Amino acid sequence: MSLSDAFGAGRFAITSEVGPPKGTNVAEMLATAEMLRGRVDALNVTDNQAAVMRLSTLAACVHLKNAGFDPVLQVTCRDRNRLALQSDLLGAASFGITNVLALTGDHVSVGDHPSARAVFDLESVQLLEVIRLLNAGADAAGKELHGSPEFLVGAVVTPEARPLRPQMAKFGKKVSAGASFFQTQAVYDSESFKRFMEYAHQFDVKVMVGVVVLRSAGMARFMNKNIPGILVPDPIIAALESSSDPQATGIELTARFVDEVRDYCDGVHIMAVGAEHLVPAVLDAAGLTEGCIA
Amino acid sequence: MIVVRQKPLDEICAMIAGHRRVLLVGCNTCAAVSLAGGETEVDTLLQLLRLTNKRHGTFCELTPAVLQRQCEPEYIDCLQEGDYDAVLSLGCGAGVALLASTVGKPVYPALDTLFIGSAKGLARWQAECSACGQCVLGMTAGICPITRCAKGILNGPCGGVSDGTCELGDRPCAWVEIYERLDSLGCAENFDTILAPKDNTTRQICEWDMSEGCDEK
Repeated sequence: MSLSDAFGAGRFAITSEVGPPKGTNVAEMLATAEMLRGRVDALNVTDNQAAVMRLSTLAACVHLKNAGFDPVLQVTCRDRNRLALQSDLLGAASFGITNVLALTGDHVSVGDHPSARAVFDLESVQLLEVIRLLNAGADAAGKELHGSPEFLVGAVVTPEARPLRPQMAKFGKKVSAGASFFQTQAVYDSESFKRFMEYAHQFDVKVMVGVVVLRSAGMARFMNKNIPGILVPDPIIAALESSSDPQATGIELTARFVDEVRDYCDGVHIMAVGAEHLVPAVLDAAGLTEGCIA
Repeated sequence: MIVVRQKPLDEICAMIAGHRRVLLVGCNTCAAVSLAGGETEVDTLLQLLRLTNKRHGTFCELTPAVLQRQCEPEYIDCLQEGDYDAVLSLGCGAGVALLASTVGKPVYPALDTLFIGSAKGLARWQAECSACGQCVLGMTAGICPITRCAKGILNGPCGGVSDGTCELGDRPCAWVEIYERLDSLGCAENFDTILAPKDNTTRQICEWDMSEGCDEK
């Protein structure tokens, strides 16, 4: 029924994500979530993704929770100081939201309010430590809480970061700071992901491999050029280029990749980036057809 | 040193418009080394302002002066009496502020103050310090993550790093540099220490009296 149930049962967990609207109309976001109902364990809700101002992730999570989904509250450190982060986390817990993904967040410079002041009072590792404190019943100032959350705490990692060593060392710090599950940046090379998992297996954490479903060779090239830490190999670009139905090829390639790595990790996080309607087809093609009820 | 750069000429002209006698005051310390407020720059700005006045048919008497340091009272006492009705300071923000509190006339900044930095070659400077009041350089191989990481992260590179470049694209990733230097110094284990959130109270210090010591941060 939920992400923690999937992890608890040792089942291959499935998450996807939705973005809150720019505005107050949540109908489209909820319609997108409906496409994924019954197919995923939980839905990540982005937090002013790419530093573009949108409806708050907390409000969007509440809408999804009320609609019967298990939301993952993405929390970035870009827009709020430690007081605001903690009070939003307590607010989320009070609405029954139990999954948190702690991120540093993209810089305001890359978003739609580039002249805003970037906060970064905390960053991902420190935020993880603060969430651990909240879970233990105290705030970051050591003050006791009247009612405390029980968050399942997640973080992110980029298995193909360049350079890789500092990223891997930071992964270890995130584990020390209390992350119990990870969703990775999108990966396309199964061998490189398996090498990452050989490293990650020394830690007692759940790792969900991140995938972005490619829909064209142009999209693959765009991601290689513009998204740090994503490396779409040339043979994949060539396959999409020569395909008469690149979308179908993208689904097939994603499914094949998930199938290749699923024995090495604990789940998959599918970032559909506006093509959530393709997620069920990916899951079907990968044989991930049972056990998940959002 | 304090690294400064001259404001656009239009902005300077707009500030001093309406004044008939303006004293241009350079600063021979940081601003001079920044190639923005020494004798040469005071003279160049003076010529530019004269040309602008001529072109617009406006009149303003411009007088140059260069002080050793605008941020120390003993160096600016000589300005207190003078036949001018406004001052254009080619010093950093501290210089402008001290002049303004001393001369009893409007003082305008001709420069923008950018950062505390080091020289990085001819007419290039690197931001090195944000004056946070809690130095962590001992843990980070002398590279300041507060200053040189765009997000001021204290615990390693974010996911925005791409081939060692920051997601802003304008600088190397500070944390990749820190990691590599720690490694080359044989101090790689420093990286594994989780640095706690900054105590921002030291950023609120607005006056410091050495005789009071620094126990009460």
